[in-house]
Amino acid sequence: MSALRVLVGCKRVIDYAVKVRVKPDKTGVVTDGVKHSMNPFDEIAMEEAIRMKEKKLASEIIVVSCGPSQCQETLRTALAMGGDRAIHVQVEGKEYEGLQPFHVSKIFAKIAQEEKVDLVVLGKQAIDDDCNQTGQMTAAILDWPQATFASKVEIDSGSLKVTREIDGGLENIKVKLPAVVTTDLRLNEPRYATLPNIMKAKKKPLTVKKPSDYAVDISPRQEVLSVEDPPVREAGQKVESVEQLVQKLRDAGLVA
Amino acid sequence: MAAALRRAGNHVAQLLKSHVNIFHQCGFIGDSWINGSCIDPTLGLSDEQKQIQKVAIDFARNEMYPNMAKWDQEEIFPLDVMRKAASLGFGAVYCREKYGGTGLSRMDASIIFEALSQGCTSTTAYISIHNMCVWMIDEFGNDELRQKWIPQLASMEKLASYCLTEPDHGSDAANLTTSAKQKGDHFIINGAKAFISGGKDTDMNLVMCRTGEKGPKGISCILVEKGSPGLSFGKKEKKVGWNSQPTRAVMFEDCKVPMSNLVGQLGDGFKIAMRGLNGGRVNIASCSLGAAQSCIELARDHVKVRKQFGKHLENFQHLQFKIAEMATKLVVSRNMVRMAATALDKNWPEKVALCSMAKYFATEECFKICNQAVQIHGGYGYLKDYAVQQYMRDSRVHEILEGTNEIMRVLISRDLLEDGDRKYS
Repeated sequence: MSALRVLVGCKRVIDYAVKVRVKPDKTGVVTDGVKHSMNPFDEIAMEEAIRMKEKKLASEIIVVSCGPSQCQETLRTALAMGGDRAIHVQVEGKEYEGLQPFHVSKIFAKIAQEEKVDLVVLGKQAIDDDCNQTGQMTAAILDWPQATFASKVEIDSGSLKVTREIDGGLENIKVKLPAVVTTDLRLNEPRYATLPNIMKAKKKPLTVKKPSDYAVDISPRQEVLSVEDPPVREAGQKVESVEQLVQKLRDAGLVA
Repeated sequence: MAAALRRAGNHVAQLLKSHVNIFHQCGFIGDSWINGSCIDPTLGLSDEQKQIQKVAIDFARNEMYPNMAKWDQEEIFPLDVMRKAASLGFGAVYCREKYGGTGLSRMDASIIFEALSQGCTSTTAYISIHNMCVWMIDEFGNDELRQKWIPQLASMEKLASYCLTEPDHGSDAANLTTSAKQKGDHFIINGAKAFISGGKDTDMNLVMCRTGEKGPKGISCILVEKGSPGLSFGKKEKKVGWNSQPTRAVMFEDCKVPMSNLVGQLGDGFKIAMRGLNGGRVNIASCSLGAAQSCIELARDHVKVRKQFGKHLENFQHLQFKIAEMATKLVVSRNMVRMAATALDKNWPEKVALCSMAKYFATEECFKICNQAVQIHGGYGYLKDYAVQQYMRDSRVHEILEGTNEIMRVLISRDLLEDGDRKYS
């Protein structure tokens, strides 16, 4: 069985440790001057792809990111971890604010086809929007099988054996390649980039494209009305007995 | 970072189980608020340098910071973590790639040691000494020595020590008395060295010995491997800080070493030692920067938590001003150190004086910052449960070794008062 060509999606998101603040005009959250990093689940996706390459099960890793020019930092990090080539699909400003998994999945699908990729590995969700849609949508557009929330992936001659983390526990499935996999937290522990790899990453190819190069229309399908802080948590009330509880629920009009 | 998520979750779980890490303070070094603040160590760095800093600070946060108290209190020399650092390229940062070095600049090294030092100042200081020794071989050794030693030193499979100081010759290093007499195709070395970092636990020592006339020109640099006949070590010193690295006297009694272990030419020893120290001084100063950076971060967290007189400490103007002053002096020190690193990278003639300025200024100011951070913590700052006291103790010695800050002033004044041609070494 020949080695797989792998596509890994890397999203640049606000760093998980940042205390996110809503913009005064309520159109979104503050991103200027705020620390950004690679989506942690995408780091896990990169690590899995690199491990496959080290075992000679993967031949080339193409990393893709859709967004403003700062995405190139994220792509360079992915290259420094061990990616071979990067594609930056440039989407700036207002257009980027309207970019959704619906658009991104079309772009990934097109790239997967153009690059004759055998496996698409994505993080299960991005920690900024928590959509958990891109992997599934990409698989649907390509009409490929999907193995989401993967906590273990094994290649088995033309198929993948994947352990999925689901609400009930762990599910073991087998999917035929080509396929889409989305990574969950316990799949692996991402490596540090090494200094020599950071230096080598500079020389690895990074191509800049536009969504129109893939004939994808990125006009927004949603309009964000407002972004607000969650309500301040109110103090609760302690009651002495069940009767009191029922009375309070009645008073609040929550029970008859 | 996914690992950090997992670790953050584990950390919370641990706290809930009252399973306390030695440090009571939560939060972690290199926190996200620093990005975009005036003390951000990545201000003004190129994208590549920022990536390098990120690897170093992530490594420091994950692999070193959780262990620094244990290493200090139990006097553990953390070989496994140092070797892990070396596997990322931190073992021979500014040696050429040709023989196995990472091939980065002194500026990159400064950024790296500053970041690692936030995780454990003492361990990083040793890593920087090791780096200095590998460089000396890369720069002055013949190809045979380079091929033999650099690969295994770069990976830290083998470790190095730098032996210049003697019990009777510290600042007066040019008059050292450890002698190496030629006998056949060997050197016979007699004498003793003091305060050697890594002593006995390292695999080779770069020893400055007298092979010729009195004074600096009669000194040569000889590589003495562990296990050489006549090589012995004193007891492990008990120190105020730098406890994660052993310090011992090194003794030579008719110690027999092959002549092929001569680094450079006969009589080059002092020059090699001093050139090594230029970089060593930038490295040690960088370690001080990291200690101070961590201390400011911890002090800042503390004043947001601690309340007295009905208010959080961050509302008292005295403390606001204190933290502002600490931050300003840190940034000034950082700039001085980076300028000295640039001077080495670009081989400016003024590099010796600039490295001396950087070393004395940064080590003094950064120790004061660590000391002030202890004060800001009040009584808690004096407890070993809190990291600030360790950064203070570890950084204190930086004012003394690799050339006392008094000698630094000698070198700077020499540059300023010289009437004739400056002797740039």
